[in-house]
Amino acid sequence: MTSQRLKSGGLIDRNLPIAFMFDGKPYQGFAGDTLASALMANGVGLVGRSFKYHRPRGIMTAGSSEPNALVTVGEDGRTEPNCRATTVELYDGLVARSQNRWPSLGFDVGEVNALLSPFLGAGFYYKTFMWPAALWEKFYEPMIRRAAGLGRASYEPDPDHYEKCWAHCDLLVVGAGPAGLAAAMTAAQAGARVIIADEQSGPGGSLLSDRREIGGAPAPTFAAKISAELASMANVTVLSRTTVFGWYDDRVFGAVERVQKHVSVPAADKPVERLWRIVAKQCVLASGAEERPLVFGGNDRPGVMMADAARTYVNRYGVAAGSRVAVFTNNSSAYCAARDMEANGIDVAAIIDPRAETPDYDGQARVMANARVVGTRGWRGLTGITVQRGGEQETIPVDALLMSGGWNPIVSLACQRGAKPRWSDDHVAFLPPAPSDGMRTAGAAAGIASLGNCVQHGASIAVECLSKIGIAAKPFDAGPAEDEPAFSVTPLWHVAGSTGKAFVDFQNDVHTDDLGLAVREGYGHVEHTKRYTTTGMATDQGKLSNVNAIGILAEVRGTTPGDIGTTTYRPFYTPVSFGALAGAHRGRHFQPVRRSPLHMWAEKHGAEFVEVGHWYRSAWFPRSGETRWRQSVDREVLAVRRNVGICDVSTLGKIEIVGRDAAEFLNRIYCNGVAKLPVGKARYGLMLREDGFIYDDGTLSRLAENRYFMTTTTALAAGVLSHMEFCAQVLWPDLDVRFTSVSDQWAQIAIAGPRSRDLLKQIVDDDISNDAFPFLAAGTINLMGGQLSARLFRISYSGELAYELAVPASYGEAVANALMAIGEPMGVTPYGTEAMGVMRIEKGHVTHAEINGTVVPEDIGMGRMVSVKKPDFIGRRMLNREGLSGADRLKLVGLKPVDPSDDFSTGAHILNPGAAPSMAADQGHVTSTCFSPVLGHHIGLALIKRGPERIGEQVVVWDALKEQDIKAIIADPAFVDPAGERLHA
Amino acid sequence: MASLIQCPHCGARPKEEFSIKGSAEAERPAPDAAEDAWFEYVYQRDNPIGRIEEYWQHTSGCRRWLVVERDSGVHTVYRVLDATAARSSE
Repeated sequence: MTSQRLKSGGLIDRNLPIAFMFDGKPYQGFAGDTLASALMANGVGLVGRSFKYHRPRGIMTAGSSEPNALVTVGEDGRTEPNCRATTVELYDGLVARSQNRWPSLGFDVGEVNALLSPFLGAGFYYKTFMWPAALWEKFYEPMIRRAAGLGRASYEPDPDHYEKCWAHCDLLVVGAGPAGLAAAMTAAQAGARVIIADEQSGPGGSLLSDRREIGGAPAPTFAAKISAELASMANVTVLSRTTVFGWYDDRVFGAVERVQKHVSVPAADKPVERLWRIVAKQCVLASGAEERPLVFGGNDRPGVMMADAARTYVNRYGVAAGSRVAVFTNNSSAYCAARDMEANGIDVAAIIDPRAETPDYDGQARVMANARVVGTRGWRGLTGITVQRGGEQETIPVDALLMSGGWNPIVSLACQRGAKPRWSDDHVAFLPPAPSDGMRTAGAAAGIASLGNCVQHGASIAVECLSKIGIAAKPFDAGPAEDEPAFSVTPLWHVAGSTGKAFVDFQNDVHTDDLGLAVREGYGHVEHTKRYTTTGMATDQGKLSNVNAIGILAEVRGTTPGDIGTTTYRPFYTPVSFGALAGAHRGRHFQPVRRSPLHMWAEKHGAEFVEVGHWYRSAWFPRSGETRWRQSVDREVLAVRRNVGICDVSTLGKIEIVGRDAAEFLNRIYCNGVAKLPVGKARYGLMLREDGFIYDDGTLSRLAENRYFMTTTTALAAGVLSHMEFCAQVLWPDLDVRFTSVSDQWAQIAIAGPRSRDLLKQIVDDDISNDAFPFLAAGTINLMGGQLSARLFRISYSGELAYELAVPASYGEAVANALMAIGEPMGVTPYGTEAMGVMRIEKGHVTHAEINGTVVPEDIGMGRMVSVKKPDFIGRRMLNREGLSGADRLKLVGLKPVDPSDDFSTGAHILNPGAAPSMAADQGHVTSTCFSPVLGHHIGLALIKRGPERIGEQVVVWDALKEQDIKAIIADPAFVDPAGERLHA
Repeated sequence: MASLIQCPHCGARPKEEFSIKGSAEAERPAPDAAEDAWFEYVYQRDNPIGRIEEYWQHTSGCRRWLVVERDSGVHTVYRVLDATAARSSE
């Protein structure tokens, strides 16, 4: 291939040269080039290797449908594989590499696959690599993946950022070609809110590749004028480099804008890509039409390209597809391509047309009617074609062949919500489905052929759309357009009797024989053929291949393309990067982080944090010399048990409940009675699910007659709130009750240990003696001489004399600091969730490790809490089911090893001594374990059949993972202070 | 499923703002209703193709519970009502 830049012409800026690299070699292009046009200008015709057979491939199109010219662009974290060279805008310093070749593009060992092609037909991997099965994972699959492939992603993190946004408009226009621009102008002049999006670097579409005149100016000038006018209007948003990739329910469209993919160094203050969700009242789909390849032997040779693409390269980029070219076409449009070649001084050797009657052509080229291309010559580049006419064959030396098999309206978007396109024998193409839910198709996408008609159609479709939403508009008048003779086409699905592989799907290397094989083997349904042969399944989603495959299937099966039908259209129209879809949700921003108001305080004291949902909770506070977490935790536990410690419990869910019927409402929410809870008192509460199992636990405090404060577990804070809202709004809307989450409003500090009162009374103004503020007292108090009003609850999770102090969130750190400072002489110790966990196990208190959705109150020894007087509460009716009170239910007990040096794990199963492990022999399982520094050995909580009746019995703790059988004794779950005397101290 | 839900309080909002509880067809039985009625309410759910009513909560909006009437076979949403209003109108 010797194609090169023409002396003049095109929309490129010849004053702005741009340096770039391809496969390590430096080249030069101009501003306005794509990578493809610049490579062609430099005479680079071989740009890639095909997926399966590693055949040499060149540039076939000038747009987003490109199947062959896939390259890897960028370096390090900006490496982007499988970019279509035809859509990559050239920028200074661009680095591109070819793909799927080794060791080099020119000499590729994988070429041997072409010799193996008889074994690589459709479905070959289902047939060839079946046996032995063991080899599949270790040998066949890695081998196939290495040999057949696309570019490779980088392991480096992407240094750029991405964003997402919403937009709303009256009319969305997809495509800024002749029809799209006319539609947008029509709506814009009527005052409608318009968004017009186009995947190319600027508006214009096919006008940018055209030499004809419209509205008294050359097409590109006309496009520039209209788009400048649109861009200047306040009610219009023009989105360039923006692909509308999907149409979703409720007229929501997805689009990706490539904001900075065309620059050398992206500016840090802008995203590289932006994902749009556009809510449009109406949509004009003006996505144009895609030219179909012709299917003949050797049609993938570098130098064979789409006729319209060659026209784009010569008119828009000033690049000749070759020095001597031929045209192979079954329709009239490629004659314009031939005319434009000749107008630029390119030698057109022949126009080969299979039809008996050919359109008039007044150029130099020899028009050959009743003729077909039956073969191509050359290996890494085209050197000639073999043409058959009648019984005679003739070889014509050319270095480029421009082909055109007709035009497919681009209907993808209009079909993504299930509507099927309609086959038209007149157009030899599938036309878009009837308008639906505000979607109308205009211009070439609707099967309209000529420039002038496309403009008019775009304008009148816009008027139709706007009338549906009550906006009166007049069709935009673009003035007269220079038009060509009426379009004519005769189907030619493939050239019979041609030599060499005739490719249907270039990117996935599917040829005519594969389609025939699929039909013979029973995969003739279009959806089956697609999957059996992989036609249409490559990254181009069959933009060039699908309709040809349907036409060939129709011939093989003796029916019509309309009868075969299309496969299913789905988003995305073109590939969308993961970066754009993820947007800002990556790294630290993957999900929100919740920090307690005491986070900084805990950090200052050296806390190790643990993620609990979105929360970061302080787990333990290592001190110098402590090298293992257990050392810190043991110290913290002993400090609380013997002295005093403070712990951040702000992450608990907190809900404030008010209203005349608050008491009645809460009585129906909890299974235990709470209606008679006096003001100034707290109570432990259990919530059930409607099926009778425990949902959550927490405390409830009555602050005033009609005001309550509830805590939930950290994990179910949001769930409990939604549950209560459901009950209040749906089940009992007649109750006068309101509530709100105050989880973030209060910093809450547990102060626990025998000396907790001594510490607390130094900052609390009120009398908190045991008489004045006994166990389960709750109320508002003053701190530090009336400086702060706070809430104090005498509740205990550790089992010690303990309080929880709630202060407004922004005062949390100051109060915690004050407690630490005042408590220093006493040796106050901050403790974390690990020490808290140890103490609750020592005390036999449950968490969601025990109340795991299979447990009723009776199972954890709280059966007597459940009210028998209340007529109704959530879970009441189903709790009475026979199976929930059966004798053999798993019930909560403690567990301690017979040998104090033994340890066992959560999840281990309980067996009777001597019993072989089996489902039938299973006695229960361990739910929580810890080392108890108070007792000096490990302990656990367990759910065991008839557990409380078996206290003192010896069992075996069986752990299959650790291959352990540990002897243990069933014990009371309260290892520490079973009588609860410390709580009341 | 729809992309936008017409919240009676907040207007058209993206469906990601809502949480779905499930069928709104069954009404909570009286506390003393027969066990069969409760069993039906707690466990038994039809899975019809066609028009269904579901409880949705506008969790990232007004936090009201809604009854969304939609088609499980196609993507049409017929009606969205505040659940309190929907239940009291029955």
